[in-house]
Amino acid sequence: MTDIARRPAGELEAAVLAALWAAHAPLTPPQVQQSLGGTLARTTVATILARLHDKGTVVRSRSGRAYAYTPAVEDEAALAARRMHSELEKGDDRNGVLARFVSRLSPDDERVLRLLLAQTDASRTPASTASTASTRNTASTRKGSPEPRRPR
Amino acid sequence: MTWAVWAPLLAPLLAVPAARRLAEILAPRTAALLLAATAALLALLSTGSLALLTAAGLLRLPVIAEIGHLSATLMRRGNPIYLPIGALAALLLAAAVCAACRAAGRHRADLLRAASTADRHGGAGDLTVLPDSGADAYALPGRPGRVVVTAGMLRRLDAREREVLLAHERAHLRGRHHLLIICADLAACLHPALRGLRAPLSFHLERWADESAAAQVGDRRLAARAVGRAALAASAAPATLRPAAALAASAGPVPRRVAALLETPPRARLTVLRPAAAIAAVLAACVLASGVSALEAADDLHANIELAQGEPHHHVHPFTG
Repeated sequence: MTDIARRPAGELEAAVLAALWAAHAPLTPPQVQQSLGGTLARTTVATILARLHDKGTVVRSRSGRAYAYTPAVEDEAALAARRMHSELEKGDDRNGVLARFVSRLSPDDERVLRLLLAQTDASRTPASTASTASTRNTASTRKGSPEPRRPR
Repeated sequence: MTWAVWAPLLAPLLAVPAARRLAEILAPRTAALLLAATAALLALLSTGSLALLTAAGLLRLPVIAEIGHLSATLMRRGNPIYLPIGALAALLLAAAVCAACRAAGRHRADLLRAASTADRHGGAGDLTVLPDSGADAYALPGRPGRVVVTAGMLRRLDAREREVLLAHERAHLRGRHHLLIICADLAACLHPALRGLRAPLSFHLERWADESAAAQVGDRRLAARAVGRAALAASAAPATLRPAAALAASAGPVPRRVAALLETPPRARLTVLRPAAAIAAVLAACVLASGVSALEAADDLHANIELAQGEPHHHVHPFTG
């Protein structure tokens, strides 16, 4: 996350929204700032959150003296998407045009990958481990994968 | 027609393995551009050859010859085999063009469907988040392009890994990688031997985006970890909102991508330059021979037509057919 502060506004909004989705509870502006590695000014984070709230992308609730933010999820939209799902699943074997981040793994791939990751983890310095404090999130979601929170 | 008309149809058989070998050695960006350009050029030339064979066959039909004021006797004096060959070429040409049109339509439909899925969900900046607990992420080209990520994927990565993911997908969008994929896919419709270029192209495009993301976050190990953990997450919890897939049929290339990120940067590997030059020479020779042969065949057909029209032609080609 080198000089995240100098990114275009759209990328900053994206980073903030990603942090809110990754969290398991509503986040206050300081918490968002912290989860982004503390490279953004607190006022910048607050401005971005206010803008996202104005657009209806996030909802907020009182948390003590501050607001805590969480992504807005329309139940209806989620259901509509699920209805579309059956149609979208057709033809998994063809060459699509969407550039996916990761493709499907074979059992062999998975074994090799775990070895490679163990290798990177072993050589990780304590400093870099500290900077990726949110690994706890990933550990806790690995099994359960809870549904996204819905605003009531 | 001369022998030259066959060269562009056969060239892909040699050029495809050469291009694949060469791509293995080159930096990801160069490799991807090379594969896409090879696919496009060879597809155009082989389609041109089919068109020439079709034309040569058509000219042998009395009706066509009459329209073109050709001396039918003179045209027929050549090798009679060109009528059935022309018919076959016409069939192949029609099938290839149909397949290419169908593929283009399919890509369009895929993009429209993926866009309509993304439109139903909230986002910020260039990011759209799907409320799906499974893990998936892809770049959705368009104006403007969007990065689509599921909530499940975001939750399984830490802040810096999420940064890698976003940088990777933005590299796809910035480089307009989907155009190269479509290009190779259409080429594969026009000449079946070019199908072999699609998988390596996808792989090198992913590597290109990986390297670009690693450069942006300034940490190759971090990028390797992000790719690896995302793949394991996606494999443990596949997304349900998956629009038309981009899955490689062969064994997954993810471990190779991770291993490549853990190696030294690709530019540092200079020891392989000599074999690269040799393979590049083979590939260039194939493409060049295809191009020259196609021109030669076109010129030859033109000369034949002029001859049959009773006009003198400066060419001294023996009238072989």
